[in-house]
Amino acid sequence: MSSSNAGEGDEATRSGFDAWIDALAGGEGYYLESPCGHGSLPPRRVCPECGSTDLTERPLPETGTVETFTVVSVPTPTFAEDAPYVTAIATFGPVRLTGVLRGVEPDDDAIDLGLDVTVGVERRETDDERVVVFRPTG
Amino acid sequence: MTEVRIAGVGLTRFGRHPDRTGRDLFAEAALRAFEDAAVPRADLEGLNYGNFIGALAEGQGHQAPLMAEAAGLRCPATRYEEACASAGVAVREAVRTVRSGEADVVLAGGMERMTHVDTPTTTRGLATAADDLFEVRSGVTFPGAYALMARAYFDAFGGDRTDLAHIASKNHANAVDNEYAQYRREVSIEDALDAPPVATPLHLFDACPITDGASAVVIVSESYAEEHGLDAPVAVTGTGQGTDRMALGDRESLTETPAARDAATAAYEEAGIGPDDVDCAEVHDCFTIAEVLAIESLGFAEPGEGIRAARQGVTTADGDLPVNLSGGLKAKGHPVGATGAAQIAELVRLLRGDHPNSEHVADATTAVAHNAGGTVASAVVHVLEVAE
Repeated sequence: MSSSNAGEGDEATRSGFDAWIDALAGGEGYYLESPCGHGSLPPRRVCPECGSTDLTERPLPETGTVETFTVVSVPTPTFAEDAPYVTAIATFGPVRLTGVLRGVEPDDDAIDLGLDVTVGVERRETDDERVVVFRPTG
Repeated sequence: MTEVRIAGVGLTRFGRHPDRTGRDLFAEAALRAFEDAAVPRADLEGLNYGNFIGALAEGQGHQAPLMAEAAGLRCPATRYEEACASAGVAVREAVRTVRSGEADVVLAGGMERMTHVDTPTTTRGLATAADDLFEVRSGVTFPGAYALMARAYFDAFGGDRTDLAHIASKNHANAVDNEYAQYRREVSIEDALDAPPVATPLHLFDACPITDGASAVVIVSESYAEEHGLDAPVAVTGTGQGTDRMALGDRESLTETPAARDAATAAYEEAGIGPDDVDCAEVHDCFTIAEVLAIESLGFAEPGEGIRAARQGVTTADGDLPVNLSGGLKAKGHPVGATGAAQIAELVRLLRGDHPNSEHVADATTAVAHNAGGTVASAVVHVLEVAE
């Protein structure tokens, strides 16, 4: 794992959000870990918990757990054609990710908290932009 | 340290003003505040102005000098932006400026125009209060963010949509007699429960409306008030501000708002009071669940117990601790960049006895204002007290 806190050139690009999405899309999603064990998401030069600048990329756990979700009926313009859709927050080890939950009915009664999910990158229906997507395991 | 008084307050009617300019709205509120304060405009030494989405919704940046001009002021003018806590921060910095002795008279307020653009545009503008990379791109809207907190809260502590409906119903009832409120009509529990969903578990009547409006508060030193014989009975005795991680998912807990708790702790300490001393409060109920989180962070209810306060009658107009007697953001309306100073204006009227709902807090001496930005990544709390 490479350090992500270098300042210039390719390393700076790699520490960016697009690089993170690229990695997630390639099945190599990661988070940043400080020497104290705090997890955080890039792009980031400083651990927001302990202030360390010595951040190391660690692989995201393969499955996460849905902590909360909402079925959105009134979207922003970039999700107009996606609505109704489900946005969820899921815990993956020491970090939480926020993504769109697919592979379930967009219905409160069809989704349980604690659902195990995988994470990947798919496309928004509205504008074909990339979006972080959770899907139920199994 | 210089003591701080509020000499006068001014509001526009909150609601739909799509054909009026922002400068006209702010000028109306400012002139009303000057008149209420009986302070000559020439004495103003600063304008602290709150606005959130003006650059997006109106295509107008650099609004502070524009608003100074509209209000007939020629003094340093600065825009404060902290999402929906913009005017709260503007008030706080005015208080700090007067306390420091740097100035004796500062106007703090704000303005937002939101109804002249379509709902998707407003939704996008408000969503900029969330983390663009990790929240907005994953479909988080402003109601959606609070919906995520509401479901986590229900899971952790219990509570349901009926509990939330009691908050909506309470705040609508409080707005009926308020001449500045956007929705002066009652909403029944059934109406709230039957409304269409916005972002589950939140439905239409869990959400504040989209609102145009402006607010202004004249903040003066106690010595200026005495020298000029002003009738300024309400003092700002405490101010606090807190900050949290921007994205909801990065917070330690999805059911608490520590930025508001930190702001309250600081404001109470300055005022030398505790939550038990508070007689009434205006809190940032952009969504019904937000009022729950607010009263818990202010120490009015234990974590997990705030959900029942309205249903049990604790926070109703006739309760032990009336919350949002103005109607709150929920029914009075939420012109986002104006809200923080509007809460102060309403509390001043309530404490002075010239608010339509003052009868419910006739003996009140201490009030608290809670103003939040985003999902409470920013929070400002003020303590107001009737001076001896």
